[in-house]
Amino acid sequence: MAKHDTPMLDELEKGPWPSFVTDLKRQAETHPECWDILGQLELSYEDKITHWKHGGIVGVFGYGGGIVGRYSDVPERFPGVEHFHTMRVAQPSGMYYSTKHLRAMMDLWDKYGSGMTNMHGSTGDMILLGTKTENLELVFWELTHDLNQDLGGSGSNLRTPSCCLGESRCEWSCYDTQDICYALTMHYQDEIHRPAFPYKFKFKFSGCANDCVAAIARSDFAVIGTWKDDIQIDQAAVKEYMAGNFPANGGSHKDRDWGPFNINKEVLNLCPTRCMWMEGDELKIDDSECTRCMHCINVMPRALKPGKEKGATICIGAKAPILDGAQFATMVIPFIEISKENDYENIIDLIETIWDWWMEVGKNRERCGEAMQRIGLANFLSIMNVEPIPQHVREPRSNPYIFWKEEEVPGGWERDIIEFRKRHAA
Amino acid sequence: MGYDPKNPMEGRITDIGPRSYEEMLPPIIKANKGKWLYHEIPEPGVLLHVAEGGAECYTVRVGSPRLVSIEHVREMCDIADAHCEGYFRFTTRNNAEFMVDSREKCDALIADLKGRGNKFPIGGTGACVTNIVHTQGWVHCHTPATDASGPVKCVMDDLFEYFTSMKLPAQVRIALACCLNMCGAVHASDIAILGIHRKPPMIDNDRITGVCELPLAIASCPLGAVKPAKATNSKGEEIKSVKVNADRCMFCGNCYTMCPAMPLADPEGDGIAILVGGKVSNSKSAPKFSKLIIPYLPNTPPRWPETTEVIRRIVEVYAKDARKYERIGEWAERISWEKFFEKCDIPFTDKSIDDYRLAYDTWHTTAQFRYTSHTDAYTK
Repeated sequence: MAKHDTPMLDELEKGPWPSFVTDLKRQAETHPECWDILGQLELSYEDKITHWKHGGIVGVFGYGGGIVGRYSDVPERFPGVEHFHTMRVAQPSGMYYSTKHLRAMMDLWDKYGSGMTNMHGSTGDMILLGTKTENLELVFWELTHDLNQDLGGSGSNLRTPSCCLGESRCEWSCYDTQDICYALTMHYQDEIHRPAFPYKFKFKFSGCANDCVAAIARSDFAVIGTWKDDIQIDQAAVKEYMAGNFPANGGSHKDRDWGPFNINKEVLNLCPTRCMWMEGDELKIDDSECTRCMHCINVMPRALKPGKEKGATICIGAKAPILDGAQFATMVIPFIEISKENDYENIIDLIETIWDWWMEVGKNRERCGEAMQRIGLANFLSIMNVEPIPQHVREPRSNPYIFWKEEEVPGGWERDIIEFRKRHAA
Repeated sequence: MGYDPKNPMEGRITDIGPRSYEEMLPPIIKANKGKWLYHEIPEPGVLLHVAEGGAECYTVRVGSPRLVSIEHVREMCDIADAHCEGYFRFTTRNNAEFMVDSREKCDALIADLKGRGNKFPIGGTGACVTNIVHTQGWVHCHTPATDASGPVKCVMDDLFEYFTSMKLPAQVRIALACCLNMCGAVHASDIAILGIHRKPPMIDNDRITGVCELPLAIASCPLGAVKPAKATNSKGEEIKSVKVNADRCMFCGNCYTMCPAMPLADPEGDGIAILVGGKVSNSKSAPKFSKLIIPYLPNTPPRWPETTEVIRRIVEVYAKDARKYERIGEWAERISWEKFFEKCDIPFTDKSIDDYRLAYDTWHTTAQFRYTSHTDAYTK
């Protein structure tokens, strides 16, 4: 594989942000197929269109996911990328790595792959980009035997679960996101590797309502940390913030002069329910009005903390627009305890209740959230054995078109028109 | 012993999952997990977390193109071995984070990172533009309407000063998805760069019989624009195929996902739409979807100047006009979308008026509005 002229891509070596083109060229010194990645990409830059073919079902024996087949539509010009399959490798929860493990992964990809990766894919997996069909089983063998490491999900299956870094380095996390993410990933290996669902299904675990892993926007089953008691206040630290001794929001705005910290402007008046006020120099919170949005805690992390009785809110059914339009996940379970003591049994029960229903009624390529829309939230809550509460809706319906059930109406629906006409002439 | 193609099930190991996170935690993290008290951002790109008992963890966050070579990852490993006892991590926005347990080690780490050219830019914290979440584009995907790594590089080059500083009203999360499948989940981003198609699919009647299940292709269209039809292939044979009612096509590309014989990508047709004002966090206001403000910008490799220019304009107007802590969507809602278009000098077109499902929810059903240049025809 020879070097190609890439005048357009060379323009992407300029500028202060690290250049993937420079990186590809460096890798091409030992992996000449990278010259063909660059060559084909340059051709796309000239033609303004992709040069990857649609499809190509490849995989390893026994798995229906984890590998995405990819073939060049100009293989004679770029033989190094004729096959360019992706392997999705399940990431450790929180995406921490020992260099020992990561180096071993890179050595494996040095041996069998193109030398390029994504750290990481959108769902969270480590993405190994570009290998040939004949290498797939060899990589999988070494991955499982030597690295004690498995593939992630692709296709209509449980996608590799992911989480924020949680308690590992965040004071706000209301449960151990890494542990439940790992435990459920292990519990559902079969569902990750063998597609049996109508479409993809994603779990994401965020430790608090800041939602750093975008669970509410991107997962069918979003577990978002919260608490059910009162925000913990350190009044002495509140005074330090007001005196300007502690930086607001951890110092996140320090490259611009926004003036001295003003607790009214920055905290009390930005609270969505205005449930905070000052009494003298004491900060007061009416916790019964608090919606646990995290803003006050974000701004004064040394003075305010989530409550002590922590757990999570479960929101269900988020997805990107294809097909029925984008959906955020809908709040279904206001509060649930998350504890490794019970092996997350309560969460597993919820997940499997959804799956039992969705696998029965879901149409081909219908996400859980779309199926929820099709049957309606009230029906979905009934399937989940959840009593409807006002928190399930932003506002009550404004139309009167209620799908009454026959058993809800005294006497049922069977009536006799002849009897009716005896009393009511037509 | 290794893989034996004659006995593929021999000695096979499956369903072992990922490595446990517990093996991967840096010592300072492992020792203090669940004990963190608070954090600060001493300078852009550096986080200080303080634990019960006073332990400190300094984190240095560096940008990355996400599309990285094994040599690049090995270099990260070299850095982690030299400074961080052999551990580091990645963030959900494709940054890398190196953690150490003292300010001295942090300073040495920063000096090392800065000595490696522009490979490891330090930043991405606080009120900044952090790394762009993005997809594969022309580097690896079969359905893209634009490239991903290229436009991301251009936008980050252009906004670099906002990555390395914290001078914006709030964090600005940019995401790029190279087609409507939105593997990059750009639908809840402050600024979304979205690859779009504008030509309906072609029908490859020489291929369709072999590669498509016609009922799936027909069912894939959310608007019923794909119908069964008889067609003639290039050999003159009559075959079962489909036809597309182009007037009903909304260019989502779902038919092509289901049927490789219905390609719709096109150099003139494809390009970029810009959406703004989305957010994921529940902080202050509820999560919001990004809204479409520019329906189409051309694909102009290698530097995508139309895209970088308009994004810079939005960021700069926002930086000047928004209040502290206000996200782009919160700012736009406060000043009104009509003012947003006016202040950012972005022409409003009919393409920003929703006509898909639930469109009515976005119509303006009140007599309350702001007078802007858009109403001049009525008032001047």
